[in-house]
Amino acid sequence: MSAAAILTLDSVHKRFGGLHAVNDVSFQVHEGSIKAVIGPNGAGKTTLFNLIAGTLPVSAGGITFLGREIQGRKPYQIAALGMARTFQNIKLFHGMTALQCVMVGRHVQSRAGFLAGMLSLPSTWSEERAIRTRSMELLDLLQIADLADCEATSLAFGQQRAVEMARALAAEPRLLLLDEPAAGLNIYETAEVARLIRRIRDMGITVLLVEHDMSLVMDISDEIVVLSFGSKLAEDTPANIQSNAEVIRIYLGDDDAAA
Amino acid sequence: MRTRNTLALGGLCLLVACIHLLTALTGSQYYLTQLTMSAYYGLVIIGLGTLMGYAGQISIGHAGFFAIGGYLAAALTTRNLEPFLTSPPVRWLEALGMLRAGQDLYGARLITVEPWAACCLAVAAAALIALVIGIPVLKLKGHYLAMATLGFGTIIYRVLLASPYFGEADGISEVPGFPLLPAMGSLGPVVVSGDPGHRVMNYYLACGLLIVGAGLLLNLIESRVGRALRALHSSEEAAEASGVDTARFKLKVFILSAVYAALAGVLLTHFNGGIGPSEASVMKSVRYVALVAVGGMTNLWGTLLMGVGLTFLSLRGVFGTYDDAVFGMILIGVMLFAPGGILSLRHLLRGLLAGARS
Amino acid sequence: MSPDLFFQYLFAGITYGSIYAIVAIGFNIIYNATGIINFAQGEFVMLGGMISISLLPHLPLPLAIAGAVAATMVIGALIEMVFIRWLESPSVLRMIIITIGISILLRESALHVWGESIRSLPYFFGNEITVLNLGSVHLSPQVLVVIAACAVMVAGLNVFFKGTPIGREMRACAANRTAALLCGISARNMVTLSFMLSAGIGALAGCVMSPITYTQYDSGTSLAIKGFTVAILGGLGNSMAAVSAGILLGVIEAFSVSVLPLAFQDAISITILLIILFVRPHGLFGSSEAARLKDF
Repeated sequence: MSAAAILTLDSVHKRFGGLHAVNDVSFQVHEGSIKAVIGPNGAGKTTLFNLIAGTLPVSAGGITFLGREIQGRKPYQIAALGMARTFQNIKLFHGMTALQCVMVGRHVQSRAGFLAGMLSLPSTWSEERAIRTRSMELLDLLQIADLADCEATSLAFGQQRAVEMARALAAEPRLLLLDEPAAGLNIYETAEVARLIRRIRDMGITVLLVEHDMSLVMDISDEIVVLSFGSKLAEDTPANIQSNAEVIRIYLGDDDAAA
Repeated sequence: MRTRNTLALGGLCLLVACIHLLTALTGSQYYLTQLTMSAYYGLVIIGLGTLMGYAGQISIGHAGFFAIGGYLAAALTTRNLEPFLTSPPVRWLEALGMLRAGQDLYGARLITVEPWAACCLAVAAAALIALVIGIPVLKLKGHYLAMATLGFGTIIYRVLLASPYFGEADGISEVPGFPLLPAMGSLGPVVVSGDPGHRVMNYYLACGLLIVGAGLLLNLIESRVGRALRALHSSEEAAEASGVDTARFKLKVFILSAVYAALAGVLLTHFNGGIGPSEASVMKSVRYVALVAVGGMTNLWGTLLMGVGLTFLSLRGVFGTYDDAVFGMILIGVMLFAPGGILSLRHLLRGLLAGARS
Repeated sequence: MSPDLFFQYLFAGITYGSIYAIVAIGFNIIYNATGIINFAQGEFVMLGGMISISLLPHLPLPLAIAGAVAATMVIGALIEMVFIRWLESPSVLRMIIITIGISILLRESALHVWGESIRSLPYFFGNEITVLNLGSVHLSPQVLVVIAACAVMVAGLNVFFKGTPIGREMRACAANRTAALLCGISARNMVTLSFMLSAGIGALAGCVMSPITYTQYDSGTSLAIKGFTVAILGGLGNSMAAVSAGILLGVIEAFSVSVLPLAFQDAISITILLIILFVRPHGLFGSSEAARLKDF
């Protein structure tokens, strides 16, 4: 990889009381690549995501995003720097349409505050129109434009995932974190997700994902990080990971659930 | 949505005028007094409705903000500052033209703060207190937030009740009118006061203010900020991940609702000519919550109409000695059977009717 | 401050503190069973006092108290069955508002039944001027009655929750509702029971304190706020810590009277509540990890 690192983790630790959930994990994500974090259940993948996105504070270590130290910053500050994410257990907003959910995603790309909102100035209108137009484009990209006015939380599971992804993309992020984008999807939908992730990468957005579905991970990733019990076990290309004895042991020997 | 709101607000203006005509024709203009008061309470309720319904933050202490506004306005416009004329804060007020001289009942010189200045100071004080209280309180959730705001309201109540400056159990009376505009041409001066000669003008003033206040909040709800508030209500984590500074937005909407309450307190105090400690009581705060709940938490129109309507009935004494009990009943009934507010029942009704037909 | 005065304040503090502790335990019992903070908890105390006062002309004192406790327990059970039982996973906001509504209804009913007058039970032993002399300390025997009653209640609850099958079932429900259901425990009945228990201890506290503090239709609200302060101080759900927290608050309040005007006494406990909420919302004795696990 010759491209510059967009995200760097430097010996990151996370302890919950006595539990060492993330132990000395370091890796880099290169601009324009797709990187996957895999590992058995409880390996600390989602915790790692929450550390990167700022939802949880790191216990030790440093995280650098676009050349800035981001550990200790609030999630909204990190989002404003250009990092967007989806959630493993989908978190759409109750009582809002799919379009409105995506429009919330435009938050960092728009400015109108309390006063402008209350007075509803012409400048606010044009900003609103721009937010709406871009959000519709994204729903279109994810092929759910016809569901724009449906209540988001009442959609089918796969459609909810799509809305969440549109919401994340609406922020025009440099880096997109996807937490198990294929969980609960059938093989056709998973293939669709794979196509979509590639398309997102081709739009110039770097992708870091956590995923259980090995075929998806091996199919799309440029590089893979393997976590086991909070520690980094391996980091390599998909082909090398597949032949890595240690990785095969944790997946097939101790824990064949993911096979 | 925007045109629908504009139309509805226009309709509300018409309704206000129709009610006036109706009372004029039937010679029952005394109703306008309670309607004026209800409109001011309506201002508190829609502010609280935005905080509770859209941002999802409960406050059982909003009577406290109402009372801060009302009491400060009352005290500043009635308490004689003459003995303190040499102290620096009073001299500053004088230099800024914020003082006025008059005579008390016995002909002695009475130096008080101009009502407009008192209004600004009172609302600013409420906003400042909301800021200081809001920073720690809004970190809390659920029961903790409810109890903390209840505690805040109770402290305000106790302090007012224990302070001679605020008249202890008697409150403050003899509050003068609040001249908003001087007389222009054939139009008389615009004054917020309970003088029967000003009744119609005050009715339109209060309703106009309520409509403008509601319009501003409706705009806000439809805006980027409104979306962010609803988002953080549903999931703070997801809202943060979308770049919403949830702490800041919660604080701002808390202050906004406190300003609505304080402004209503100031104006209603000038209209009533006084204020008493019952305005700061927990029961008042609970009543505001009840009215927001009846209207439907996320339905500003419902909150507005039910709030003004029920407050009017209560002020007319329709519920007699069961006044507080009625509001308790309303709270429970609505929360048990129609958590979406009374207006949400029409959907249920429509569903039942459709079911019966088929 | 003279030692005599010191002990006078101390005992006053312990007396009020034990009442606060009982109210706090009432909060905790319902909270553990349902995750609900019952804002009507203070009204149970008021009802206990009021009903026993009304029964007294017809019954001897112990029976009047027993009757009041039983009646309040029935009211507690009815509240749960009518307002709480059939709600399917209501939101916290909804439960807060419903229990506030219940507290208003109870208070207003009390106003209509008993009026605004301030009432009280007679002193259980002697009268208001009877004094026990313990060295240089002069105490009303009622003070000892209150402290003893609260101690007996705490001990009784301890035995009930740890030593009886039904108490253990209630704890199982509090720890893990689903698992308890799978073991064949009826969570619904446990919730009803928790309301009864909580109403019962509140009512008993209301009876024993009535001669000292008097009872009025609206005396529940400030007790509820103080009881909640204590519950928070001890860590929500932790009843044994509530006892020490209650006595702590009572003593602080009693001594504050010597420096601050009486009118601010309530403001003190609320200020403590606010400070605790901001600084250590999981309580003085609770752990932050455990508090975070509680789902709000």
